[in-house]
Amino acid sequence: MTADLLLQAAVSGLLLGGVYGLVASGLSLIFGVLRIINFAHGAVMMLAMYATYWLATLGGVDPYLSILVTGPLFFVFGLVVQRVVIEPNRFAAEHNQLLLTLGLALFLENLALVLWQGDFRTVRPAYANASFVLGEALVEVPRLVACGGAVIMALALYALLRTTDVGKAIRALAEEPEGAMLMGIDVGRIRAVAFGIGCASVAIAGALVTPFFYVAPDVGEAFNIMAFVVVVLGGMGNFVGALLGGFIVGLAESLGATLLPGSLKQLVVFALFVLVLLFRPAGLFGGGRGR
Amino acid sequence: MAAEVLGGAALALLLVVPLLLPPYFLEILISVMLFGYLGAAWNILGGYAGQFSFGHAAYFGIGAYTSTLLFLRLGVSPWLGMLVGGVLATTFGLAAGYLSFRYGLRGPYFSLVTLAFAEMLRVVAVNTKAVGSSLGLVIPSREAAPWHFVFGSKLPYYYVILAMAIAALWVTRRVERSKLGYSLQAIRENEEAAEAAGVDALGMKLRAMAISSFMTALGGTFYAQYFAYIDPAITFGPSVSIQGLLQAIVGGAGTVLGPVLGAFVLTPVSELSRAAMRGRAGVDVMVYGLILILVISFLPHGLMGWARRRRRAGA
Amino acid sequence: MTLLEVDGVSKRFGGLTAVSSFSLELAAGEIVGLIGPNGAGKTTVFHLLSGFQPPSEGAIRFKGASIVGVKPHAICRRGLARTFQIVQPFVNLTVLDNVMVGAFNRTDDVTAARRRATEVLDVVGLGPRRDALARELTLPDRKRLEMARGLATQPELLLLDEVMSGLNPTEIEAIIALIRRIHAQGVTLLIIEHVMRAIMALSQRIVVLHHGETIAAGRPADVARDPRVVEAYLGTAS
Repeated sequence: MTADLLLQAAVSGLLLGGVYGLVASGLSLIFGVLRIINFAHGAVMMLAMYATYWLATLGGVDPYLSILVTGPLFFVFGLVVQRVVIEPNRFAAEHNQLLLTLGLALFLENLALVLWQGDFRTVRPAYANASFVLGEALVEVPRLVACGGAVIMALALYALLRTTDVGKAIRALAEEPEGAMLMGIDVGRIRAVAFGIGCASVAIAGALVTPFFYVAPDVGEAFNIMAFVVVVLGGMGNFVGALLGGFIVGLAESLGATLLPGSLKQLVVFALFVLVLLFRPAGLFGGGRGR
Repeated sequence: MAAEVLGGAALALLLVVPLLLPPYFLEILISVMLFGYLGAAWNILGGYAGQFSFGHAAYFGIGAYTSTLLFLRLGVSPWLGMLVGGVLATTFGLAAGYLSFRYGLRGPYFSLVTLAFAEMLRVVAVNTKAVGSSLGLVIPSREAAPWHFVFGSKLPYYYVILAMAIAALWVTRRVERSKLGYSLQAIRENEEAAEAAGVDALGMKLRAMAISSFMTALGGTFYAQYFAYIDPAITFGPSVSIQGLLQAIVGGAGTVLGPVLGAFVLTPVSELSRAAMRGRAGVDVMVYGLILILVISFLPHGLMGWARRRRRAGA
Repeated sequence: MTLLEVDGVSKRFGGLTAVSSFSLELAAGEIVGLIGPNGAGKTTVFHLLSGFQPPSEGAIRFKGASIVGVKPHAICRRGLARTFQIVQPFVNLTVLDNVMVGAFNRTDDVTAARRRATEVLDVVGLGPRRDALARELTLPDRKRLEMARGLATQPELLLLDEVMSGLNPTEIEAIIALIRRIHAQGVTLLIIEHVMRAIMALSQRIVVLHHGETIAAGRPADVARDPRVVEAYLGTAS
């Protein structure tokens, strides 16, 4: 266990953690406004990665550039899914709403499997292997861009929530649903927009990781679980907490990888998850909904 | 009276028809019985107590691995190994349940923590050479040895799982009509009000967890003996958890017949969709996802729930 | 004999003091009213007595034994039952099943529980509706169901939290009569109510809470005349 190894782990962990943060903030937003845990979050990311793949392979579009397409595309996707599947069931029992998004996840993941089979695909633009050295650690450019892009997106989202009318309406609805209705906010529209934004952010995260990840129907599952852990850690509905939580989880995962062989590093993350759920369900930073 | 006659007729059919079925259909029927059984096991905790576990694979896997390891390494008959697996799974379930319930985890948070526990077991299994890691375990000999829970043909397996499914229905009915059943349903409806009425929510939920996890583990052993191969992905993976849950939700959670009814509906649907798409991987689960969405949207209490409402409205 | 002793109980939520130095003694067989403006802390007192919240300080003794830190179901086991301000029926269960849940407090036997539940349903007047689902009941019937469920636990002390709210005068009269029947069966009652007519008619004595503190206590007629009480309410309900 050398300092170099730890530094490398820290760097890798933080870089990926930025992406986890973006994925989680979308999930957190959806929970804050719609009060549902979106099990299909990872599946949407996976679809966006496929979209990125096809745009790159068939259209020669650079993955980062394709965000201009996938972002809005999956925003609309989210709007439609929310209106068609989720909104009609908004008064259903809580556990049924959970099952709804689970059903959606199963459907989307396996739709991808049916359409495109389980083969791993990759998109490797010219800069895929670019890297530079920072101190004793190797920094891979795509990962750095992904992290940077994720942080910028998250900050943009934060700004949107703070300054725009739509953002304020979203926050109002998250904080005080009945009050928001009384203030004349079009609740149905805002709920759809929130879901759309959540999907758009996780789609952008997907585009950002495509240059250094693989594309397959099950790729969303890993990010799904990470997103749950991050959101619980950061506090359900706590946007900033999700970002910070992302970095913490990314760090925990990669430090775990230095300690434990193989895929046992996941145990570190799960253990953290269980501990937070049991002892601080409102999240490390509070502000979450708790149990 | 009508119910008894129907039940007797159904039982007679289930006992006799398989003798005449071609192998492919017998396999499907075995799957129906197994999923119905797992659904019934999940139903005790999920349907009656309202605690939606997304991690029942944990108990399934513990059952499968325990009996298989005892059999392969120590020559212990899986019939006995089944019970040992059940006890281990129950212990794990009670521990996990106690932590979760004691710290007030409800609804989606409970679902997430159970998912986490199952995933942790899966990761441990993948990384443990002694249990075969990702490659899993194979039960080599296919020579008939009934005392070792190995049969030469599919038919005996069918009767075993049929017996287990019937036992599961019997257990469910007994629970439903007991103080435990009333307490669990009260907890499901409103845990605070139940407590105020004298229901020991923690104790009752743990009881449900014990029964549910024990039963699920037995199913794991059956799976291992029938398919003769287990690995972490199959036994501890989310698909097993979802299967059990799905039968109960579609058929009617919180009813005796719901899970088995659900299995009779879902399994053929899955087979048909796979056949229609020439065996393309994922079609069946895709259809499951769609069915789940449709059932939640239009028949939130499942098929049995819908039937009951129709009967009440008509009465 | 003294059934309930509440001694200097306070409850603070962060910076907010909901209940301050509340004391009360109930003898077996009494009907005592607990009144006060909205937010006075009355329901919080019920939460403390029934074990849903621990007191920040003070002692609570039921039948001589402390019930602080005892879980709600155990308190119910000892003979203290409560209803909720917003009724909490088990909506997907039948009326009979709802009440049976309470009856199981005293027995493990399904037949005995069913028998007890049926008796209680007759007392509250819900007998004909025993096979209806709780979700199908009107509000007055839901109130009766809530009381029936509490009664089925065979309590020695029953806490009633605003059972009259939302009812019209005829329904109120019926509930007053029901409460008298329950009392006649030997159940001690502590009643939170805003409907003054009911409280005055039923209570042997009344305790008045305001901002978490007891501002008056005594016979109904005396309390009604007390200037501090009138001031606290600034216009009472019917």
